[in-house]
Amino acid sequence: MATLHTKSAARAMMAPAVIALFVWMIVPLALTLWFSTLRYSFYGIDTPFVGFENYTYFLTDPRFLSAFQNTLILVLGVLFVTVVGGTLIALLLDQAFFGQSAVRLLVLAPFFVMPTVAALVWKNMMMNPVYGVISQVLAALGLPPVDWLNNYPLLSIIIIVAWQWLPFATLILLTSLQSLSEDQKEAAEMDGAGPLSIFFYITLPHMKRAITVVILIQTIFILSIYAEIFVTTGGGTSSSNLTFFIATLIQLDGDVGTASAGGIVAVILANIVSIFLVRLVGKNLEA
Amino acid sequence: MSAITLRNVSKRFGDVVIIPGLDLDIRDGEFVVFVGPSGCGKSTLLRLIAGLEDVSGGAISIDGRDVTETPPARRGLAMVFQSYALYPHMSVGANIAFPLKMAGMDKAQIEKKVQGAAATLNLTDYLHRKPRELSGGQRQRVAIGRAIVREPNGFLFDEPLSNLDAALRVNMRLEISELHQQLKTTMIYVTHDQVEAMTMADKIVVLNRGRVEQVGSPLELYEHPDNLFVAGFIGSPKMNLVTGPFAERNGARTVGIRPEHLLIDRSGGELTGTAGVSEHLGSDTFIHIRLDDGQSLTARAPGEFRLNHGERVGLTPEAGRLHRFDEKGAAIR
Amino acid sequence: MARGISPTRKIGMTVLAWAVGFLIFFPILWTVLTSFKTELDAIAIPPKFLVFDWTTENYAAIQEQRNYFSFLMNSIYLSLGSTALGLLIAIPAAWAMAFSPTKRTKDVLLWMLSTKMMPAVGALVPITILFRNFGLLDSRIGLIVILCLINLPIIVWMLYTYFKEIPGEILEAARMDGASLVKEITQVLTPMALPGIASTILLNVILAWNEAFWTLLLTTTNAAPLSAFIASFSSPQGNFYAKLSAASTLAIAPILIIGWFSQKQLVRGLTFGAVK
Repeated sequence: MATLHTKSAARAMMAPAVIALFVWMIVPLALTLWFSTLRYSFYGIDTPFVGFENYTYFLTDPRFLSAFQNTLILVLGVLFVTVVGGTLIALLLDQAFFGQSAVRLLVLAPFFVMPTVAALVWKNMMMNPVYGVISQVLAALGLPPVDWLNNYPLLSIIIIVAWQWLPFATLILLTSLQSLSEDQKEAAEMDGAGPLSIFFYITLPHMKRAITVVILIQTIFILSIYAEIFVTTGGGTSSSNLTFFIATLIQLDGDVGTASAGGIVAVILANIVSIFLVRLVGKNLEA
Repeated sequence: MSAITLRNVSKRFGDVVIIPGLDLDIRDGEFVVFVGPSGCGKSTLLRLIAGLEDVSGGAISIDGRDVTETPPARRGLAMVFQSYALYPHMSVGANIAFPLKMAGMDKAQIEKKVQGAAATLNLTDYLHRKPRELSGGQRQRVAIGRAIVREPNGFLFDEPLSNLDAALRVNMRLEISELHQQLKTTMIYVTHDQVEAMTMADKIVVLNRGRVEQVGSPLELYEHPDNLFVAGFIGSPKMNLVTGPFAERNGARTVGIRPEHLLIDRSGGELTGTAGVSEHLGSDTFIHIRLDDGQSLTARAPGEFRLNHGERVGLTPEAGRLHRFDEKGAAIR
Repeated sequence: MARGISPTRKIGMTVLAWAVGFLIFFPILWTVLTSFKTELDAIAIPPKFLVFDWTTENYAAIQEQRNYFSFLMNSIYLSLGSTALGLLIAIPAAWAMAFSPTKRTKDVLLWMLSTKMMPAVGALVPITILFRNFGLLDSRIGLIVILCLINLPIIVWMLYTYFKEIPGEILEAARMDGASLVKEITQVLTPMALPGIASTILLNVILAWNEAFWTLLLTTTNAAPLSAFIASFSSPQGNFYAKLSAASTLAIAPILIIGWFSQKQLVRGLTFGAVK
């Protein structure tokens, strides 16, 4: 659809974006790989080559295993809550009721709240065992208060993150739901399908693409949750994910070597997830 | 002023050959129509002349100047697109002024030219409107206005009327022909509609699968089609093509007879058959006839002509109006 | 909705939907309410919902005490700066991919998407060290570049899907009319794609404004935006709830409003055009 002239122009126009992203991807990765083979600390003088020592050190650190588990639980927990909750809320918002657009705005709002604010608000005003609204409600019901962040740190963080991402899932799923033609549902109804059959045989398959997209995008963002942990529990084995743990290694310990090894491990793990996800989304985008 | 010459011009997209290599001469001031079925390469050919696509081989020259490598803007040609391609964010005036602005003309002069073009095209009252506020025909005129202000050496039209409804199409056809009479500039016009080709062209180029089937004036094409493809494409209703003993009697594999050149006689003729459906248009009657050997023909009778469905009829071709074709489909002369 | 819906059902749905909406919105509502309470009312037991001494003293206090203004300015600089830089790089790239696509265009787009999946911690160590060595820690310019890079794939994708909807014939008409490449992009494409570009800007401003990984790890005071400012409230225990609420309200209000206005485009941007 173009001439040689525009084609070469096109290549030149794409160059800055491609080069910037290439450098952004390759340079830090190469440096991380290099640092991961050095005994390199902000507090040391020499940076001798130590081979895989940092990897052994990182992978055998008990904090790694807990961080790995926490990452998995966090991602899966949030995905579960947001996809199921998002589907239900999307189905609700798709019904006829008064004030649709106003309710949409209310449901959407948490997505725009910056992570540090979300975490602090939940920590202090919702989940605080004494002053928190949840405890007050429990007390009014005659139930004992719960010290959420101390007793159930990971669950608390899942709740906070799920609250932030529920609107996103709802919005995407609702958009997809509304693109389902009324004719299809009516045809199914004529064929004798009940509301549940319609949901499972017509609605859900139609939403497959949207659900895929929700899972993909949320996984990308939730894998690197940092601020919510930083603000609420400040880390520790019971709530640190990989991102937080590795950030601690460099921020607090100044241990560049081990942190780099951790970074590489995180990249490998993320790649395993992303190869799968990019394929999925690539296939879905063709359609 | 411009004569456009194509020498062995070819175009491939990857492995797909659109135009295998084609020669064409367009004289200065001519109104040339490229006509052919969709996918015949006529739009691609126009885009090659415009410079919107690179040729894969061959050379294009305008007035003897080789423009094969010249970017579109410097070929001195203006183009009217099928979708009009008006700039939706600009007013009608700004749309017409755009090429002048790009050429760096001063404001007062631009204003004068835009006013002039608007007056010619009856757009003066709409200069401040946005394209979306105009009707299809008005948009078409804006597109033409944008082309004429530049005073180009040639105009290229890419199926400009295909988005208009039938009545408007007839009007615009006349307006474009009128414009050509006034400007006397070379125009190349692409269409798949043979009626447009017949009514507007000085010269028709019939294209099929990237090849030129025939070049000639509308009447030449009508009276002396070079081959079966042109014979079938030009004329409405289509030319009847008959094979079998009747063709062999006339020394050909296939003979063509236009519907208007068939004389109908109930008492018999060179061909005999049974009348099918008659279409009464008022001015003419089209009668579909099934010959005894199973082939179908259409005959055109002037005015009202009554023939019952199933009635036996005889048909005789008008003398000298028979087109004969050999086994390769080429005309026998 | 071809059929009539029974009024009872509609009213039932209305109650349910509003209840769900209220529940989800509640933490934000509570924060805004608390920001107008005195510190004592803020921790009153039982909590005071609407009946309390409304005051704006917390807002005044925030703006005086914690040099709130410099954090605000940093948030504005970072989000607008990274967005502007991103557009500058992304518009030409999206033009090329939308109007002069090759066999590899799709791969390039997917590759760009995949850079988004590179975990931030993978780059954290070298970026920290590079920033330390080049004196970029706690600098706005360094952070603008980082924020631009992390959101660049989204900007390119979003612009690409918007540009794809513009008929190529119009750009060809501009080319015939003698527009140079730069003029074709600045005078024809950009104004036509303005709504799409605007929603791209909005989404990117939202993402940059709320970013809280790099901003927390690479800044201390000079370049620290509001997300870092709010995080500083978490350190001393026994917080000032009302002041925290006021600061939070100020930090989220602009984005909440922008977000509400751009909700439709948001879907498209965040799903890389996969859901419209």
